[in-house]
Amino acid sequence: MSGIMASMIDGLMVGSVYGLAAMGLSLIWGVMDVINLTHGAMIALGMFGMYLLFHAVAMNPYVLLLPVLAIGLMLGILVYWMSVHRVVGQPPLMSLLSTFSVNMMVIGIGTALWSTSPYNVNFSLRGVTVGAYTFTGNHIAATGAAVIIALGLQMFLYHTRPGKAIRAVADNREAAELMGISSTMVLTVAFGIGIALAMVSGALVSTLFPFTILSGAGYQLKSFVVTILAGLGKPFGALLAGVLLGLLEGAVTPFIAVSWIPLIEFGLFVVVLIFFPRGIFGRATA
Amino acid sequence: MIFRRLTFWLILALAAMFIILPLRGNNAALREDLILVAIAVTLVSNLNLMIGYTGYVNFGHIVFYGLGGYIGLYLVSERHWNLFLSAFVAGVLVSLVALLFGLGILRLRGAYFALATIGVLVAVNGFVANFNPWGRSTGMYLSFDAYQPLGGPMRALWTTYYLIIGVMALSLILSLAIKRSKFGLGLFAIREDEDAAVVLGINATVYKAIIYSISAFLPAIAGALMFYKNGMIDPSIAFEYMLSLEGIVMLMLGGQGTVVGAALGAGLYERLRSFLLTSPKLSNFHLVIAGGLLLLVVLFASGGIIGWLYRLLPRSREVIE
Repeated sequence: MSGIMASMIDGLMVGSVYGLAAMGLSLIWGVMDVINLTHGAMIALGMFGMYLLFHAVAMNPYVLLLPVLAIGLMLGILVYWMSVHRVVGQPPLMSLLSTFSVNMMVIGIGTALWSTSPYNVNFSLRGVTVGAYTFTGNHIAATGAAVIIALGLQMFLYHTRPGKAIRAVADNREAAELMGISSTMVLTVAFGIGIALAMVSGALVSTLFPFTILSGAGYQLKSFVVTILAGLGKPFGALLAGVLLGLLEGAVTPFIAVSWIPLIEFGLFVVVLIFFPRGIFGRATA
Repeated sequence: MIFRRLTFWLILALAAMFIILPLRGNNAALREDLILVAIAVTLVSNLNLMIGYTGYVNFGHIVFYGLGGYIGLYLVSERHWNLFLSAFVAGVLVSLVALLFGLGILRLRGAYFALATIGVLVAVNGFVANFNPWGRSTGMYLSFDAYQPLGGPMRALWTTYYLIIGVMALSLILSLAIKRSKFGLGLFAIREDEDAAVVLGINATVYKAIIYSISAFLPAIAGALMFYKNGMIDPSIAFEYMLSLEGIVMLMLGGQGTVVGAALGAGLYERLRSFLLTSPKLSNFHLVIAGGLLLLVVLFASGGIIGWLYRLLPRSREVIE
């Protein structure tokens, strides 16, 4: 019984990282109605960004999250201008395909540079031992980092002018423009933040598990599930839903083979979409 | 009538060309090249029924091909059925599975559906990789005896080649027939404005589920034939995510929503891909080039090659469809 508890606590900690990735997806989706299919590729880039930085400067990887965030922000702005700006407001087919093409290019370049063999960031913090179980320091630190970043985003969105502008554009783009908000500027920044969150969550994952350039796809699927669970445009809800998904994974992994997990997640995804289209935290929004 | 359309005769001419070309000098290398093109054309023109006609992106189209291959190979090697029956049964079963999936996930609109199709791919892949009778992640192999009913491996290769060409031609004719039918008009109405289509009396859910199921039939047969020809199957080659995605690139390149565009895009891209994969300098970058191509088409020429032709020569709309 305590084994399941330990597995669930572990899942809860990993889940906070899923939540962070999903926050980025949810932000972009909510603000500009674009489903960002580059998300998985960006998560993978975050992993490799952390790997390269760690090998270049050999500092505590949790300090290196800051440069990863900054690189993510810039990269996001670049991707926005390259592929998203022209398709905002067009049928979903167009934005799906344009972000997807960037995904292909990133994965292609990544595969050429790093092949598809596994890498890992060789760093571990001292863990905490409770009874027969040890929770690794990396898991605890990653959870802490994820929660701090999520709270930071929440503060930014609700208590600063640019954050309020982002929420205004998400609510009603035309009205926001009439109030003198430059929606192009807001969309650019929102996309940048979304990608930065994806990269930072990838960087956190890289301190927990080995990874390849293709690992992002699995986390992208989890991000979709989490976003749908939380309901669109609720970044903080995404964090909670991520924790919930992690908890669920932790609860089932002692009983079934890991290769079944995508199947379960997909089932959950479809069930939630069909029966709770506004997400499990969703009330009818005005 | 479909026989009075020029495109119909173009399709037949294409199929005849595919059959005659490798016969000259028993050219097996050319046959292997053309078989890949034929598979690509089959997959893309059926994908076009979803993306081009109905406006629903299916990221997991390869599932039909892979499942068809699995069912076909299982029936031939474990149950010793003959190839023709196995391929046909594979097509029917996969269509039924698609209909079931479709009735569930097609209640989702637009982008949500697209996400669910990624999920279908992951889920089916996960299921097959854990399914004991199909050899889990190591897959299945065909013994040489399986080629005896068709007169030995040599003859069997040519027979499957002709069958695959037949499936390719049928796919294109099916696309054309649907485009010219009332059912096709309903699909186009859903693509343009689903709410308006529903108001006009189109049962959108049923239409979408039917077209999803139809778009599974011929790819499944093609999969059964192709994996019979290859003699082996495993989850990573049956459900190759990249092939599913490249199908979308092919369709967009040629021109979504058009019969000729689907074939043209598939043919051009497949040749480009073979060239890139065999070139020592560029083989690592074929995904980058494919992605770049897709981005350019989406941003600057969303009608693809055929769309560009339509703009250049508006009257070509009447002839090339």
